[in-house]
Amino acid sequence: MLQQSRYKASEEVDFVIIGSGAAGGVLAKELSTNGFRVVVLEQGPYLTEVGFTHNEIAVLKHHQLTNHPELQPTTFRKTPQEQAKRQPALVYGRMVGGSSVHFTANYWRFHEIDFVERRKVGPISGTGFADWPITYADLEPYYTKVEWEIGVSGLADASPFDPPRSKPYPMPPLPVKSGGVIFERAARKLGWHPFPAPMAILSQARPGRSACVQCGFCESFGCEVGAKSSTLATVIRMAETTGRCEIRPNCYVHRIETNANGRVIGTAYFDEKRVAHLQKAKAVVVCANGAETPRLLLLSANKQFPNGLANSSGLVGKYLMLNSGPSAMAVFEHPLNDYKGVAVSRVLHDFYELDPQKVGFYGGGGLDARFDLTPINFALNGYDMGGLPPGTPRWGKEFKAALAHNYTRTLEIVSHGTSLPVESNSFSLDPDLQDAWGLPALRMTYKDHPDDLKLGAFLRDRIMELLDVANAVQKWASPVEEQTFAYHLLGTCRMGNDPKSSIINADHRAHDVKNLFLCDGSSLVTSGRGQPTETISALAYRAADRITALAGRGDI
Amino acid sequence: MSESVSRRRFLAQGAAGVSAVWVSAHWPALMAAAQHAHQAAKSATPPKFAFFSADEAKEIDAITSRIIPTDETPGAHEAGVLYFIDHGLTTFAVDDQKTYREGLPELRLRVAEMFPGTSKFSELTPEQQDEVLHSFDDQNQRGRQRRLRTSPGAQNFFETVRQHTVAGFLIAPDYGGNQDGAGWKVIGREHEYMFQPPFGYYDKGYPGWEVASKEEMKEAEKK
Repeated sequence: MLQQSRYKASEEVDFVIIGSGAAGGVLAKELSTNGFRVVVLEQGPYLTEVGFTHNEIAVLKHHQLTNHPELQPTTFRKTPQEQAKRQPALVYGRMVGGSSVHFTANYWRFHEIDFVERRKVGPISGTGFADWPITYADLEPYYTKVEWEIGVSGLADASPFDPPRSKPYPMPPLPVKSGGVIFERAARKLGWHPFPAPMAILSQARPGRSACVQCGFCESFGCEVGAKSSTLATVIRMAETTGRCEIRPNCYVHRIETNANGRVIGTAYFDEKRVAHLQKAKAVVVCANGAETPRLLLLSANKQFPNGLANSSGLVGKYLMLNSGPSAMAVFEHPLNDYKGVAVSRVLHDFYELDPQKVGFYGGGGLDARFDLTPINFALNGYDMGGLPPGTPRWGKEFKAALAHNYTRTLEIVSHGTSLPVESNSFSLDPDLQDAWGLPALRMTYKDHPDDLKLGAFLRDRIMELLDVANAVQKWASPVEEQTFAYHLLGTCRMGNDPKSSIINADHRAHDVKNLFLCDGSSLVTSGRGQPTETISALAYRAADRITALAGRGDI
Repeated sequence: MSESVSRRRFLAQGAAGVSAVWVSAHWPALMAAAQHAHQAAKSATPPKFAFFSADEAKEIDAITSRIIPTDETPGAHEAGVLYFIDHGLTTFAVDDQKTYREGLPELRLRVAEMFPGTSKFSELTPEQQDEVLHSFDDQNQRGRQRRLRTSPGAQNFFETVRQHTVAGFLIAPDYGGNQDGAGWKVIGREHEYMFQPPFGYYDKGYPGWEVASKEEMKEAEKK
């Protein structure tokens, strides 16, 4: 942590940014660089590289880096008609840097089609399927900017399906793994087009940051050598260097306060000791993720905004999209040792844009070859779970023998696909359950659209086809089933030109509140094909430009 | 496959279900437990247990030795899992004390019921021990849906010991972990922090990335 500027809560700063993840970190850097005084309120702790470990129990079981299901309980139901039951419904990074610290680091741009698919495909019943108010071309400069600024490894033009780009990647792809080679060879035999995975992990060192050392603890973990290009390892440090940005950790924002004119005046939060504060600001940018952003707006309801802030449309929290994607695992004859290196080294996009007329459903997706199970997760196989084949004994001699044989020989192929925006799929406030701070808990309502499940079955079949050609000794697929747990939190405060069908405009400004901006996964209008982080960060760079321009015109 | 759960959901449920086992724990305490396990296993004098009586320790050692048995390679016993659990129960896994307190008498009763004449699990033959554990485990599987919703204190005894055993066997040795990296040797994981390609059999001799030909690329785009 750098020496930071410090602001008093009573001091009105230019911007309060809520959340420091893939969007909040970028906005903090951009806005402070542009001369604004910025306070970032982050719910989680301020950890740095020395605080990260390979410790599975601390990270995976004790939720060291993520939301805590005991302190922050959630409920789930499939439809609004059901009574929601308490169960873990989502995971997100809860620390400075947010989910960009613990994510797998797959870094895909959205393609042109993702922004204009509605007009191409037409309406889909039971959905609020819509086009974006911006296009790929509007976002392209920001995709390039984020790739170069944070450091992304990849090979431009290696995929025939890649969207146009103004610059290649700033550094070459990371080394291929055995799983990547198996995937590449099998895919080519099938006439498909595998390519080196674009990853937000350094293949070449940058000042103050090591190149990847291939330790293999990317997914769910913080990078100990600064090679993963989280906002923590990159733009947040740049923000602090400006001398105008304070990153304030352990601050749980529970309310955005407005005045009689309907303008935001600041944000109320609890500090680590649960002491209440109000940070005053000229404007607020909420980057709290696709679950916590709508929750905060709903928690901020008052007389003037009885349905929640920025919610005249009634759509805050709705049109949640999780991305769909079954996976399959396989065991090969020889050791792959895919526990080494970054999770993913090869991907393919041959099924990114499927023709609904031909396949009979809407959707598309990509495939990747990966191994991301840590030893304990691999071994605690439970009931057809973890890394061992279904039916493997859970203890005893055969269990041990399976571990000994399979751990180095196992590969997983994961699909990443579209989710359609269904209005009832949502985050809302649970009327019965409260979190450890006494605030209404998050309630998730989700039922995959039938097309999402058809896509899942299609992608699973392609995975099994690939594993056949790859001569896997043994292979098994996860079932295609309705999802009950969220990793990607998308679409819940979506962008659009019409205040009746969207929450924010193309400048990320709330239609209803002039000095309130929202930017994170909630802004997305469509789900893309499963890897949203680059788009979230690119949107944040663009939003910072728009907000700066508005401020320059005195229009905030 | 009504009981089957996708891998992603497993990670989620792992976080939920297993957290019940490990709840309220702090990492420093866990490290201390693992280091304690090292020292205890290395010590020539019989170690003092923090939680178990000497008799109970024998029973737990016997259970963990059936979960990950010793054969031509080390098992839970050699990895010092007993000491890992013992220390854990007074530190990071203190919430599981009740599970062990209630589970050990339950174990005695079960042993006596199944093999009249003794109540000590550790005195049974390995085959008999497995029979006892299966009786716990089968019950556990039937009760799964209910169990997942119950409080940490009501966690099934055998399932808790199983999870603790696997964790004590495979936890990263750098943080204390499995004695002499025994668990990682068994699964073939090299104990290094940095790796270099080639990583495995299939990427050895990889010729390097070749972009598909222009014709192939055009053909692909048309599809």
